[in-house]
Amino acid sequence: MAEITYRDAVARGIAQEMARDPDVIFFGEDVAKAGGVFKATVGLYEQFGPRRVRDTPISEQAILGAAMGAAMTGLKPIAEIMFSDFIAVCFDYIANEFPKSRYMTNGQTKCPLVVRTGNGAGSRFGAQHSQSVENWCMMIPGLKVVAPSSPVDVIGLLAAAVRDPDPVIFFEHKSLYAVKGEVPDGEILDTLGTAKVLRPGKDATILALALMVPRALAAAEQLKAQYNIDCEVVDVRSLVPLDTQTILGSVGKTHRLFTVEENPRLCGWGAEIVSIVVEEAFYDLDAPPVRITTPHIPLPAADILEDMVLPTTERIVETVRKSLNS
Amino acid sequence: MSNSPGLALAGQPGVNDDIGEETRLKLYHSQVVIREAEQRAFDLFLQNLVKGTSHLSLGQEAIAAGFGVAMQKGDLTFATYRGHAHTLARGVPVEKMLGELMQRDNGLMRGKGGSMHLASEEHGVMGSYAIIGAHLPIACGAALRAQYRGDKDVSVCFFGDGTTNIGAFHEALNFAAIWKLPVVFVCENNLYMEYTPISEVTAVEHPAADRASAYGLPRIVIDGNDADVVYREAQKAFAKARAGDGPSLIECMTYRHSGHSRADPAKYRPEGELERWKEKDPIKVYRARLKQFGISDEAVKKIDAEVRKMVDEATEACKAAPEPSTDILFTDVYADGGWAWRN
Repeated sequence: MAEITYRDAVARGIAQEMARDPDVIFFGEDVAKAGGVFKATVGLYEQFGPRRVRDTPISEQAILGAAMGAAMTGLKPIAEIMFSDFIAVCFDYIANEFPKSRYMTNGQTKCPLVVRTGNGAGSRFGAQHSQSVENWCMMIPGLKVVAPSSPVDVIGLLAAAVRDPDPVIFFEHKSLYAVKGEVPDGEILDTLGTAKVLRPGKDATILALALMVPRALAAAEQLKAQYNIDCEVVDVRSLVPLDTQTILGSVGKTHRLFTVEENPRLCGWGAEIVSIVVEEAFYDLDAPPVRITTPHIPLPAADILEDMVLPTTERIVETVRKSLNS
Repeated sequence: MSNSPGLALAGQPGVNDDIGEETRLKLYHSQVVIREAEQRAFDLFLQNLVKGTSHLSLGQEAIAAGFGVAMQKGDLTFATYRGHAHTLARGVPVEKMLGELMQRDNGLMRGKGGSMHLASEEHGVMGSYAIIGAHLPIACGAALRAQYRGDKDVSVCFFGDGTTNIGAFHEALNFAAIWKLPVVFVCENNLYMEYTPISEVTAVEHPAADRASAYGLPRIVIDGNDADVVYREAQKAFAKARAGDGPSLIECMTYRHSGHSRADPAKYRPEGELERWKEKDPIKVYRARLKQFGISDEAVKKIDAEVRKMVDEATEACKAAPEPSTDILFTDVYADGGWAWRN
């Protein structure tokens, strides 16, 4: 057991898989010699060398296209898109190429690759370097979409993503890179498509993802201490495949549902989950589900403004308290 | 073939040259297969038996044939939505191609892909890509795998002149050049970007070749209607790629006899242009070439007849084939064979 940062967990996860499988290669902008702009890939170039860990030009289409070509022909590439906002300049691969090739070719084509990308706000970078875009990917048939919230999940889910035969978009949260967590020694392998109940509770279910997970946990503690409201916090972890059984099971127990989403409100991941719960567990609910999201605006840069728009622990506490007291 | 008169001329200057009779007959055969199959696709479209859209390579056969014959087993083809020719040039049966265009169960992808997405990995056809430019980086990735593993295959990426103005073209050229990837980029310059003359929308005369120097590559423009010229250039590029000396960018001048797609009567072309290019029709050029090298009319006619018969049989087989089973609707979204996105 060791305490490591989320940032170090990224490098450890990649290293674990590269050491295990010579077909795993890794490339992206500034990822090799510089160790990544977020320092999440430090040491990989030194450990695995320039054939397997490569710096690329600023060419997001070439990065993702090359990952696909390598994956189709037998490698297991990990490609980095530095900021998830940049997915917009290579969205063809995410939306049209990776996820549709197998289907269009009636199963001839494979695409086992991982796109790692820095997602989310908190760094005061403004509207084009701070977005949470997991919902952009969630809506595309053929992709898998993962967003871990802790160092141990980073390693385990990254390993699962690399070993998965489908294209996986792996969202790392930039504001979690410095967060520390306990990580066991040895190989860590998790399972895609599994949510995790992080805090059991009986009064309400709070679903959260990535940076929203620690905020939801802190809110649950406050709600218990101040209002004696006992919340169950579920880390969704994987949007596709989606662990609806864990979610429906939790709602069946608590009868109340809250989602905490960093993505802007319209078509955020919580909307899909709420619709599933309403369709399939309507009579389990004691009240309408409530979505706590970033409002439907571009993200501002100034700290005072950015802090206002992201769901905070306080906003979660207030929303849950008011809803349960009404 | 060994009994054909060509061999009798062996030894004469310019006759049994670097290409030779056997390869020339393959080049001719491949062009005729493409010509007949594409013409048939057009005819079937007029009968409302080819569904959706289709983009034909009539008039451009020499490029797919020249590269196809030069390619070795294991080499990989990446084509565009105008990809019937390149697919056939790797030996994919006409029936499988026409079946896909007719969206029948006997098609390459059982109707799940359609005309613009032909693929046959067993033949090295790694897909036809309908988003302009997308497959140039993908071909780079396949070449990166070859380089990484020490495999000797070459990735060959075909595209039109219009592709040279999209970002992915430039990203891929740079990628391939910096990493010296074994990939060959083949620009089929048929003078028109869909309905617009490429010269009206491009800063340089030769949209691919005039950009080559930006990536440290030689400027190559060839006659894309002469299969011998194409074949020789392909051989050079493949040798370079296999030797580890990096990518090539080859601009092949050609002309499509039909419109951009089935919806396009190509009325934007100046009067007489099509007729002038038909004088340089690759099949016509190649029949004259075969004659020049002493290959008999009988050998040529035999190929023509065999191909016509094969395409007729393929057509009948496709007409008789059932529509795809609806069972395949939900298959192969994910690698487990299904489409489940939740538990």
